[in-house]
Amino acid sequence: MKPFSGWRRLVALASLCGVAALAHAQTPVRIGSTLALTGPLSATAQIHKLVGEIYVEQLNKRGGLLGRPVEWIVKDDQSKPDIARTLYEQLITADKVDLLMGPYATGAILSAMGVAQRYDKVLIHHTFGIPSLAKYDKQFPAWSLGPDPGTTVPNTVFNALASIGKTPKTIAVVTNKFPSLHFISLGAREVAKKRGIEEVLFLEWEFGNRDFGPIAARIKDAKPDFVWVGAIGLDGNLLIDAMKKLDYSPPLHFYVYPAPGPMVQSADANGALSVSIFEDHPPMNTPPAAAEFTKTFRERATKANLPETNVEVQAAASFTAWQMLEAAVVGTKSLDDKAIAAWLKTNKVDTIQGKLRFDGPNNYGDDLMRVKQVQNGRWLIVYPPEVAAPGAKLIVK
Amino acid sequence: MLAQSALSGLFVGSLYGLIGLGLGLSWGLLRTINLAHFAFVFAAAYLCYQLVASFGVDPLLTLLLIAPLFFAFGAGLHWLVQRFDVTPLNSLLVTFGITAIIEAGIQAIWSADFRRLESHYAQAKFKWGVLYLPVPELITLGAALALSFGLWALLKHTDLGRGLRAAAQDAPIAAAFGVNQRAQALLLAGICAALAAVAGVCLSLSFTLAPSQIYAWIGVVFAAVMMGGLGSALGPLVAGVVIGVSEALTMAVTAPSWAPIVSFTLLIALLLLRP
Repeated sequence: MKPFSGWRRLVALASLCGVAALAHAQTPVRIGSTLALTGPLSATAQIHKLVGEIYVEQLNKRGGLLGRPVEWIVKDDQSKPDIARTLYEQLITADKVDLLMGPYATGAILSAMGVAQRYDKVLIHHTFGIPSLAKYDKQFPAWSLGPDPGTTVPNTVFNALASIGKTPKTIAVVTNKFPSLHFISLGAREVAKKRGIEEVLFLEWEFGNRDFGPIAARIKDAKPDFVWVGAIGLDGNLLIDAMKKLDYSPPLHFYVYPAPGPMVQSADANGALSVSIFEDHPPMNTPPAAAEFTKTFRERATKANLPETNVEVQAAASFTAWQMLEAAVVGTKSLDDKAIAAWLKTNKVDTIQGKLRFDGPNNYGDDLMRVKQVQNGRWLIVYPPEVAAPGAKLIVK
Repeated sequence: MLAQSALSGLFVGSLYGLIGLGLGLSWGLLRTINLAHFAFVFAAAYLCYQLVASFGVDPLLTLLLIAPLFFAFGAGLHWLVQRFDVTPLNSLLVTFGITAIIEAGIQAIWSADFRRLESHYAQAKFKWGVLYLPVPELITLGAALALSFGLWALLKHTDLGRGLRAAAQDAPIAAAFGVNQRAQALLLAGICAALAAVAGVCLSLSFTLAPSQIYAWIGVVFAAVMMGGLGSALGPLVAGVVIGVSEALTMAVTAPSWAPIVSFTLLIALLLLRP
């Protein structure tokens, strides 16, 4: 057999290299995460799943990451942090994913953070509620709570009231003892005290409380100008219902983390205040990326029969997390966790919430929480004015 | 404020009693610790929600369909338990499994998100002096009273009741006296499930529904059943009201976060002091 001549060898080698490069270009970048696809947190996790699917689809249409298609591996952690921990181990060691994306919610994120730390992986997460616990230096939050929401969130709320000359003279702070929000309510007490607002009532209840009648009766009795409700999930609705049964509605009432759908659907919740990083109305949904995302999300959420079809906090935080990951990979032109972490710490990322930075304590940047209010069956951002819905103003009874 | 809070406790306590009624009878007279009872309550609540949302019928009228349906389901489940000779302890495990299956089914059909039944009862209330009496809660109280006293009378004054109590005490001797224990047990299991259906409809009138809420009621209702006495028709209602009112008064005069401690402190005290 006649051996290859020199130029033939070169052509063969070049072809092999080309095939290898092509094969590498077609090898997907694998991003692994878990979500609470079943169990008590699954309603919200479905939003994160839908957002992830939309983002990866759009990303692949744009050419993927580093010229390679992106494959998202998502496993069901059943709303259990211990299962999330096991599955993140599995994603890293068995599935050998290139990158990680965070789970939902705080408990599972904390578990995933421990695993990420063990393997020195970057973990970008959507909705972690207790910034002081985020000690790992390669974790990055997509929810722009700021490092000290216990102070900054109440200040934002009181600033909003002050902006229309309605600083309350008296306040009732009533709160669930659920960890992610209890410290914010305690912070509200301190901030109110510093602002000279008299506290006329302070109550705490355990997570899972069923009877809000006595709490409503005590609020009615205390006659506060402003009720700060450390609510999570249905607490807000249950308290509004209980107050309504006593023919009472406070002049101003604020809920930390209400179930957005049920609250906005409640006829008695008109005027209720809360905080948000994003609502689906101008000017927030005007930039092209936000416009395309909110439109696609509405269509897909309607098709998936999700009860909430507008982009709000959860979907926006989820989208932001993917934007951060893409920006860091593009910025470093690599999948190296160290390089990605270093890039995120030194660069700002343009997201649908606004520009995020990660150079503060525990990699948190600015608190971008805005004040929103239920007005005629819709959540509208009313403060600060630069992101308020067109024509929307904070309404006081 | 105290009176209004006590009233609120009375209402929620009557719901504890109503949910506990079927559970206690099943536990005391059938020797089945039916954890699936809580899942039945929520399944009925969701069915009621769906019927009202789809056909606009009165929520109370949905009982005409839901109660017989659950009667059949409860009797069928008990037939299975009897067929495989499940012990009381194992019944706890089996019915826990059934609860998980029903929860998954609810989640698959209605999603894990919150569902709220909208009906004309929701905003209806009476005012009596300074006290407010919401209609949905009054309906629950009325149903709890009527069913508890009705079943108490049935167990106390009818052959069926005497047969059931006799079989619970000593099944072979009861059988020797001509009690058809198997048929009566199926009937009672069906009644217990139908009671769960009534509790579910009442629950849907006052509470927003979510599948995970199934587990939120287990502790306090178990406490009511154990305090009220297994197999007792009036006990769960009385104990439920005691717990509800104590919790509500605790919330009214001290920190509401102390309220959950009340039911279990009462239970422990009762277990220690009861002769």
